[in-house]
Amino acid sequence: MQRIGVFVCWCGSNIAATVDVDRVVEAVKTDPNVVHAENYQYMCSEAGQKLIRDAITEHQLTGIVVCSCSPRMHEQTFRKTAEAAGLNQYMVEIANIREQCSWIHKDKDEGTEKAIILARAAIAKVCLNAPLQPGQSKVVKRALIIGGGIAGIQSAIDIADAGYKVDIVERTPTIGGKMAQLDKTFPTLDCASCIVTPKMVECAQHPNITIYAYSEVEEVKGFVGNFNVKIRKKARYVDETKCTGCAVCTEKCPSRKGRNEFNCGLDTRGAVYIPFAQAIPNVATIDATNCLHFKTGKCGICAKNCSANAIDFEQKDEIFEEQYGAIVVATGYQISDVTKFDEYQYTKHPDVVTSLELERLMNAAGPSKGVLVKPSDGKHPHDIVFIQCVGSRDISGRGKCYCSKICCMYTAKHAMLIREKYPDVNVHVFYIDVRTPGKNFDEFYRRAVEQYNVDYIKGMVGKVYENEKGGLTVQAVDLISNERVMLDTDMVVLAAAIEPSDGVKHIASMLTASIDTNNFLTEAHPKLRPVESPTAGVFLSGVCQGPKDIPETVSQAGAAAVKVVGLLAKDYLVTNPCTAHTDETMCNGCSSCERVCPYGAISYIDKEVMDKGVREVRRIAQVNGALCQGCGACTVACPSGAMDLKGFSNKQIMAEVDAICK
Amino acid sequence: MQEITGLMVKRAKELLEAGEVQRVIGWTTGDFCYDVTPAVFTKAEDLEEGKFVYNSFCGSNLSKYLIQTLRNDINAVNTAKAMAARKGENPDDIPGPGKTLVFLKPCDTYSFNQLLTEHRIDKSLVYVIGVACRGMADIEKIKLMGASGITKVIDAGDKLEVKTIYGDKSFDKKDVLLEKCACCKGKEHKYADEVIDPEPLPEGEGKGPMDRMAGVTMLEEMTAEERYAFWNDQLSRCIKCYACRNACPACTCMKCVFDNPRSGVDSKANVTEFEEKMYHIIRAFHVAGRCTDCGECSRVCPQGIPLHLLNRKFIKDINEFYGDYQAGEAEGQRAPLVNFDAENDVEPSIVNEKGGN
Repeated sequence: MQRIGVFVCWCGSNIAATVDVDRVVEAVKTDPNVVHAENYQYMCSEAGQKLIRDAITEHQLTGIVVCSCSPRMHEQTFRKTAEAAGLNQYMVEIANIREQCSWIHKDKDEGTEKAIILARAAIAKVCLNAPLQPGQSKVVKRALIIGGGIAGIQSAIDIADAGYKVDIVERTPTIGGKMAQLDKTFPTLDCASCIVTPKMVECAQHPNITIYAYSEVEEVKGFVGNFNVKIRKKARYVDETKCTGCAVCTEKCPSRKGRNEFNCGLDTRGAVYIPFAQAIPNVATIDATNCLHFKTGKCGICAKNCSANAIDFEQKDEIFEEQYGAIVVATGYQISDVTKFDEYQYTKHPDVVTSLELERLMNAAGPSKGVLVKPSDGKHPHDIVFIQCVGSRDISGRGKCYCSKICCMYTAKHAMLIREKYPDVNVHVFYIDVRTPGKNFDEFYRRAVEQYNVDYIKGMVGKVYENEKGGLTVQAVDLISNERVMLDTDMVVLAAAIEPSDGVKHIASMLTASIDTNNFLTEAHPKLRPVESPTAGVFLSGVCQGPKDIPETVSQAGAAAVKVVGLLAKDYLVTNPCTAHTDETMCNGCSSCERVCPYGAISYIDKEVMDKGVREVRRIAQVNGALCQGCGACTVACPSGAMDLKGFSNKQIMAEVDAICK
Repeated sequence: MQEITGLMVKRAKELLEAGEVQRVIGWTTGDFCYDVTPAVFTKAEDLEEGKFVYNSFCGSNLSKYLIQTLRNDINAVNTAKAMAARKGENPDDIPGPGKTLVFLKPCDTYSFNQLLTEHRIDKSLVYVIGVACRGMADIEKIKLMGASGITKVIDAGDKLEVKTIYGDKSFDKKDVLLEKCACCKGKEHKYADEVIDPEPLPEGEGKGPMDRMAGVTMLEEMTAEERYAFWNDQLSRCIKCYACRNACPACTCMKCVFDNPRSGVDSKANVTEFEEKMYHIIRAFHVAGRCTDCGECSRVCPQGIPLHLLNRKFIKDINEFYGDYQAGEAEGQRAPLVNFDAENDVEPSIVNEKGGN
């Protein structure tokens, strides 16, 4: 017979307003296993915890049930309480009578009845609990950063400064990300390159940081503290150790048809290229799809001109394995597809550009050397229209439902920079709302309107079309004057929505990190654990978690780094003892459990089993307790019931169901 | 049928005599000409026609018999080796179990593949001869159509000539097919080391005349109350003889939950009338996604309960939800219900999907 104590929390009025806590206490006392029950205003407070500790000692309790909030909130708290009173921490069960009961019910009788049922289910379960002992696993003191944009760079530097080894894996030939492509940054208008390139150099020179550019994560196995990662170093066809970055090859290359990704395709580059002058690592890369050598077997001009003898057409992709204790995902964003919004003529007219393209057009290192020109004829524009929310806050189903957050501010920045540099250019901005929360953000926007006379028009653009003069006409509605607006203009800039990078879904799958329907990685808790993924040991940095600007990205990158450092500072981690295990006499070796295991924790061995006096060799499932996360998928897939989960055994679950159905 | 039986016996004898196989799993006749049962033959002389039969009553699926046969043989060898070692002899001198020859009809090969996928049999210990099948007869239908006192049944092409103590009768074979044969999936063997088929059908021909899902559709069109009444009526006849489980090639657990006192659902007197239904519901869930629709459960049910309808409902649902899937189509398939796919199974945020409410 168990001796169970039940503790019902009021949670102030959160629970007590909809659940009659006295009635719950009276009801659970009728259970033969319950020897003590009481309620208290805040069970999680020190006074509440003391009630529990005292009751455990006084009544020699063998298990406790706390009827309170979600176990995600305070299960740990009450486990520690039990432990402090000498009870095994796995002899604690939480009945969630807040989120799953008081918050969703209005009628007190209904709420109370449900609370009693939930308490009875937890009592039925705790009666079958067994004391469990957590194990230990070693922590590998090395972190992996996936993505080498400003988020990844900042996380890497912060972790490396704390004294731990960090590897950055970046899929493009250089780190720097989107920030390196920007011209100026809001709200201070300092040059993006001037602040990001020194950080890139710092990464490259840091003794604790290794950069694997032009590389991708191929496979992730393992678990928090001990991830085993396969990294594919893609063939650059240039020996990184020999290349000096002199760029002679890039000038001599006769193939000039490569799309210059760094300039958003506004111009072309050679088949052998260095994305930009400050690239890190500053080595050339051959793009095999455009290279004449790979296409025709001839050419080889780059190799002839390379004084360092670094060109290597025979180079192959290289896959290597490394162990990590923690992984930071910093995969960033890309500009969403604006071709679905072709009423703005993006695919039809070269003078309709996205904001990132405008960023390159205004950048001193860009295709027009920083002189603002129309892409169609290279002439100076006299009138520019900005269209906000292209694909953001979309209800038509063509774009994204969310606000991309950065567009209002960068559009104000673009408008202001243009008016500053070219006072003859008229600038109009069409917007739904202008959203400028943030330090010095609203002041910045007001400066654009008041000081630089940028023409902000509330209203969305219906369509853009080419007029008879060869320019563009923008047709819109001004919602404030309630009038139709027809504007002749020279250029249209689309503030396109940002979306997570296209490879993120694949990375999330490898990490078993969850993503939302927009492919943003989900945080463990939106308020309290914003830089952690629900998968232990995986941290989130930058826009991969949600739209944010540079200051926010850098803060989040730092926060993620602190979490990583906190993890790497430990020598050992406590492992969850609630893992699956097999009953050898019942296992069929059918592989069902292995096929559903998301963590690759199950393998098979041929083992001699003694069953009813017969000794025979059988194929038996084996669970790696360190890999098992206790999700329980295997226990459901197992046809014979051989697979069971400690702390959540089939018997315990059935006891709960029985208690609820009684 | 005469011709193919002769070929099967000839081939089995050859393989036994050459030592290629150590035993043959086939069919033998019972007390009556129509109660044919599975049998294991270890000597060539036992394979005389008359003892070894292949006729229109060989509906039983032999693939499941491999599990216990192979297990017994391996255990016997291991015991012999252990004995030898104890006597100080070299255990390696004890010969291995050798191969087992099994005759499988096209539908039986699906079960065979499924058993391979689930690692229930070792392929290297089996020699599969696929045998042609043109549909098996249901003796219950023949009896219902007025034949009693049957002494002999002769296969005559599309007809069955039935000799009874009251005179001769003739039936169209298509009218007396087993349910599973009326809905035949096709005449192609999905696994075989060799096939014996003296008169092969043109490709794609030979599928059963009935729509496999017609019964399920009928059930789906009922109201919940009607459906409950239907199953209540059908399953109330269950005598819990477990024939369906014992014949089922998907029911191969080392320890079935219905035999396991720790499972909480093991065999016991029914407390309520619902418990006999519970047995069938649990069984249907256990074989869901693994059932090849071989139809053995309904064929062996002495009470004539249409158990295949439960399984087919699962098959239909799986096909509708996850795309067409035929269990046992090939070895090593990853069934939709037990397949974690890292690319597509990443948990989407429920909060986001429901608009944050």
